[in-house]
Amino acid sequence: MSVPYAKLPGWAEYGLIPLVNLAVAFLISGLVVLIVGESPLEAAYHMVNGAFGRGEYIGFTLYYTTTFIFTGLAVAVAFHCGLFNIGGEGQAYVGGIGVALACLAFDRTLPWYLVFPIAIVGASLFGALWALIPGWLQAKRGSHIVITTIMFNFIAASLMNYLLNRVFKPLGSMSLETRTFDAGGQLPKLDWLMSIFGLSVGSAPFNISFLLALVAAFGVWVLIWRTKLGYEMRTMGHSPAAARYAGIKEARIIVVTMMISGGLAGMMALNPIMGEQFRMQLDFVQGAGFVGIAVALMGRSHPAGIIPAALLFGMLYQGGAEIAFEMPSISRDMIVIIQGLVILFAGALEHMFRPAITRLVLGLTPATRATVTKGA
Amino acid sequence: MDVFQVFIELAQSTVRVSTPLILAALAGLFTERAGVFDIGLEGKMLGGAFAAGCVAYVTQSVAMGLLAAVLVSVLLSLVHGYASITQRGSQIVSGVAINFVVAGSTVILGEAWFRQGGRTPALSADGRFGTITLPFADSLREVPVLGPLYSGLLSGHSLLTYLAFLMVPASWWVLYRTRFGLRLRAVGENPGAVDTAGISVIWLRYRAVICCGILCGIAGAYLSLAANAGFTKGMTAGKGYIALAALIFAKWRPTNILFACLLFGFLDAFAIRYQSFAFPLIGKVPVQLMQALPYILTVILLAGFIGKAIPPKAGGVPYVKER
Repeated sequence: MSVPYAKLPGWAEYGLIPLVNLAVAFLISGLVVLIVGESPLEAAYHMVNGAFGRGEYIGFTLYYTTTFIFTGLAVAVAFHCGLFNIGGEGQAYVGGIGVALACLAFDRTLPWYLVFPIAIVGASLFGALWALIPGWLQAKRGSHIVITTIMFNFIAASLMNYLLNRVFKPLGSMSLETRTFDAGGQLPKLDWLMSIFGLSVGSAPFNISFLLALVAAFGVWVLIWRTKLGYEMRTMGHSPAAARYAGIKEARIIVVTMMISGGLAGMMALNPIMGEQFRMQLDFVQGAGFVGIAVALMGRSHPAGIIPAALLFGMLYQGGAEIAFEMPSISRDMIVIIQGLVILFAGALEHMFRPAITRLVLGLTPATRATVTKGA
Repeated sequence: MDVFQVFIELAQSTVRVSTPLILAALAGLFTERAGVFDIGLEGKMLGGAFAAGCVAYVTQSVAMGLLAAVLVSVLLSLVHGYASITQRGSQIVSGVAINFVVAGSTVILGEAWFRQGGRTPALSADGRFGTITLPFADSLREVPVLGPLYSGLLSGHSLLTYLAFLMVPASWWVLYRTRFGLRLRAVGENPGAVDTAGISVIWLRYRAVICCGILCGIAGAYLSLAANAGFTKGMTAGKGYIALAALIFAKWRPTNILFACLLFGFLDAFAIRYQSFAFPLIGKVPVQLMQALPYILTVILLAGFIGKAIPPKAGGVPYVKER
């Protein structure tokens, strides 16, 4: 998109603007808290305390962070190719099949460190498969990826409901879930990592998939900025016409990007299934796929931004539970509002404060102004 | 029960389920034909339903409830308009954002105001749209075939249902037979040409977005004031997305929208009623497949396997005047 805005220095582009957008989103959330008749400051205190006050709380915060790193990366990878993958929710849900199959097959015979790689492959395979179809349809049949991925979220929900009902549910069980996995299907907690900082993880399900999320984030950085494929993806994202002219195979890139995106979303399933519940439950994704959209927008689709953004949403999720406990009139749905406002201000309205900030920043640094006028 | 009676009952519930779909899909028709994609139909409908539930309970007036629904929904539309028309932000992102903000705030505000777990208090008859019995419906009931059709299927719906079905020809007339409609469609195909003719692209798109808000508001009011007696948390339950699917399935045309919504409504009504119905030849179909069918059909259509759905050419692209 050719938006005629002056170029800003990096700290303003990647630091100031997201912060201002985030601040506005929080201010409006604070207003909602006021309308409800509670004190926003008190709510903020409970949130921060609930997210970081004790080792166990931090464990929960990082557990949610893990989930959001995966879904945020999934959305970001697609963004770089100019694709809006709104189907992370469905891809993560279907990715659960891969995890569940690996665990159900091997949890009684293999140790967790052998089941884990199989589950990773399974999760990313099923996630990628669920993203492959919309990607292929976009590339070959021209159907709009946003619409198809939305439809695939609903189809995934029906499919999983059916599978849990008819295939995965143990005989005689009433609830829609698989059996509980044995030791091989349970990921170890990262209590050693927490104890380095003198904290105890307590009952928090902070597990080894957090490290996998960090590796995935690094992998995405390498992929996007250090490989030929990533270069082709970014070219596609900037200008499909230029990509075509450069001989980049459009259809191939779209399909591959969507599969990587879906694979990352699918890996999210490892965290709740193998790391917390030790079984696959109905609706285990719980909107994490959509949080990924907010995380990717906040983090400017860069892993270095996505990790802090995921941490922020991890804090919101864990701290939000604490607020709900301390202030009964504010339920966890408050997070959904904040999430929506972040998407609105960091995404759709990202340019709203840009003219003012540009004037301010460029006014402060005359040197930059000179280069801008020369450039223009 | 004889087959005819079953048919009447199924058709009756199809009409009921389709009503909000028709209104919301027509709402989407107005913005999308003007070149503004809107995946926030769900959120606007939910916001409208909530406002209707609250105001109808407080004022005990169904008209005030409807008005509030339309107001809130138009307000949300204007947010979408501001983000995607004035600020030229991503229309998809804005729609997603609105869906979340509404989903969260209806629960928080509802719980804070009424303390009933995110519901609004049950409405009395005054706060609801009653069913309208068409003239002679009772006396004609005994007439074979036509009697049940008239008194069972055509009669006995709420005012909003009749309004929804009337909106189909009305929307067609506005879009295809008025100057506003012509310009609205033009701005979705080639905004540059409209601008050259000296007509404001921005203002036209804003008007389209407002039309969308009004219709979504009515759809929301139908849910909380006619189909149910009050608002319940998350009561749209994906209807906004089904309406979006219907809009695409209908290839962005008013008459097709009616049939697409009736088809999707029928699938829903059928799935609810016959959870374990055995079809001839195929046998039992899982209820989950019935629920997923509208989405699957839309995907297949979008892929061009049954006809070709061509969206408005300028859809999703913010208009920049100076190039």
